[in-house]
Amino acid sequence: MRILVRMGEVMGASRLLDIESAHIDGCLYHGEAGLDFAERLAAGGARVRVPTTLNVGSLDLLHPELFRGDPDLAQKAGRLMERYTMLGCQPTWTCAPYHLVRPRLGQHIAWAESNAIVFANSVLGARTNRYGDFIDICAAVTGRAPAAGYHLAENRLATALVTVDLPDEKVAEESTYPALGFWLGKWTGTDVAVLQGIPESVSEDNLKALGAAAASSGSVALFHVLGVTPEAPTLEAVTGGGVCGRRAVFGVEELQTSLRDLSTATGDRLDAVSIGTPHASRQELERLAGLLNGRRVQRPFFVSTGRDVVELFAGLDRLQEAGVSVVTDTCTYVTPILADGVEVVMTNSAKWAYYAPGNLGIEVVFGSLRECVESAVAGRVTRED
Amino acid sequence: MRIKGTRLLAGDASGLLLALEAPLSFWGGLDPESGAVIDQRHPQAGAVVTDRILLMPGGRGSSSSSTVLAEAIRRGSGPAGIILTEADDIIVLGALVAEELYRRTTPVVLVKLEELRSFPRTGRVTIASDGTIKVG
Repeated sequence: MRILVRMGEVMGASRLLDIESAHIDGCLYHGEAGLDFAERLAAGGARVRVPTTLNVGSLDLLHPELFRGDPDLAQKAGRLMERYTMLGCQPTWTCAPYHLVRPRLGQHIAWAESNAIVFANSVLGARTNRYGDFIDICAAVTGRAPAAGYHLAENRLATALVTVDLPDEKVAEESTYPALGFWLGKWTGTDVAVLQGIPESVSEDNLKALGAAAASSGSVALFHVLGVTPEAPTLEAVTGGGVCGRRAVFGVEELQTSLRDLSTATGDRLDAVSIGTPHASRQELERLAGLLNGRRVQRPFFVSTGRDVVELFAGLDRLQEAGVSVVTDTCTYVTPILADGVEVVMTNSAKWAYYAPGNLGIEVVFGSLRECVESAVAGRVTRED
Repeated sequence: MRIKGTRLLAGDASGLLLALEAPLSFWGGLDPESGAVIDQRHPQAGAVVTDRILLMPGGRGSSSSSTVLAEAIRRGSGPAGIILTEADDIIVLGALVAEELYRRTTPVVLVKLEELRSFPRTGRVTIASDGTIKVG
């Protein structure tokens, strides 16, 4: 509670408000500081007061053989995961808790994990700030959060307008959305952007990819899509009758620049493919199985997803027969899963493309899911255009 | 010169200035073992933050940055103090928890961007517990 109150002061909150759920990011091992904090809470007998889901940890508890790192690290990472379940959190181990629980429009929640935050705020219209490690569990244990930032209606209004001006075939292309998000994160700054020109038919997976990218290249925690997301039925409603001071157009040129900047490697060398950052939905797993269509991959191919999503997915054997490794509970860019000697990895995730080169010391090729599959089957990077 | 900042986490610190030219996410961007900037897309990749007064134009990205900062402070590879131009809860929280757990204070001060116009980009900087920043 002391941490919450001090953070509330920093955030300019005059009071705390009740929250209805929490999502915890602190269970991923980044060193002993995180473990020390969890041990301190557990030793004090802390228990969560609201339904609380857990983000990915450093280990795939269902497929421990995938871990290639230091056993000492694995032991500490495992102890951290265990401590958080002892505090009463649900062992969901997913960065996409919105596949499991759906906070309602206007509901106050305290979620951590940047992609989950932006999804809950933007796509679901629930209200959370950018909570991070430590404060997430403090909020879960107390059931309270500082009444500030995106918990307050006035801070959720759009202050910047982005017009997406792309030909229909680009609007329909899935890789447009992570590329748009990558651009948006760099452009938005502290504004709340509303995007216009995205059709109502845009999929939830597209919005997930957009948000995850924007929360990686920038600190975007909330965006609106006119006529699509719940707080943006009209331009007047989403701006509160105000005017967007900043405006920009995202056109073909911006799209091409973003797509190019997401790759660090050129050439056709391919050592592995990794998708599912954020964790793949059941629909994405089904698309993957459909695109593979019985063919075998010629390179290691990883898909990260939640254990609960896997349970609901009927086509697991089709993926395994094609040679795909299904990773649960963790993610390929936060823990040693890729083999030594892997230098060039292809992904359809802007978030993975953004962080993996720094985390893993590898080169990355960004492409659509179709391109990832075709490349893995061919054993070299294959582009459609 | 002196600037009166808003203290987000009070404390005294002194060190050589490291002025970041772009926002940095500590998670994926800072190695808590060496204190080096490892975000290959960052213009100052390779720079070491240890014992520096870190001037940051806002934070960015992952909510795991709090732990990375706390871990860097625990290991002694963290910055001596942090000056922000945009309030960033995730950074303040990392410094706050490190203080709670290890009794090591890394002050965080917020200043307005326009006040930094005439601020030098190098040199020794002192942060006082009332949020005053002194250069030279």
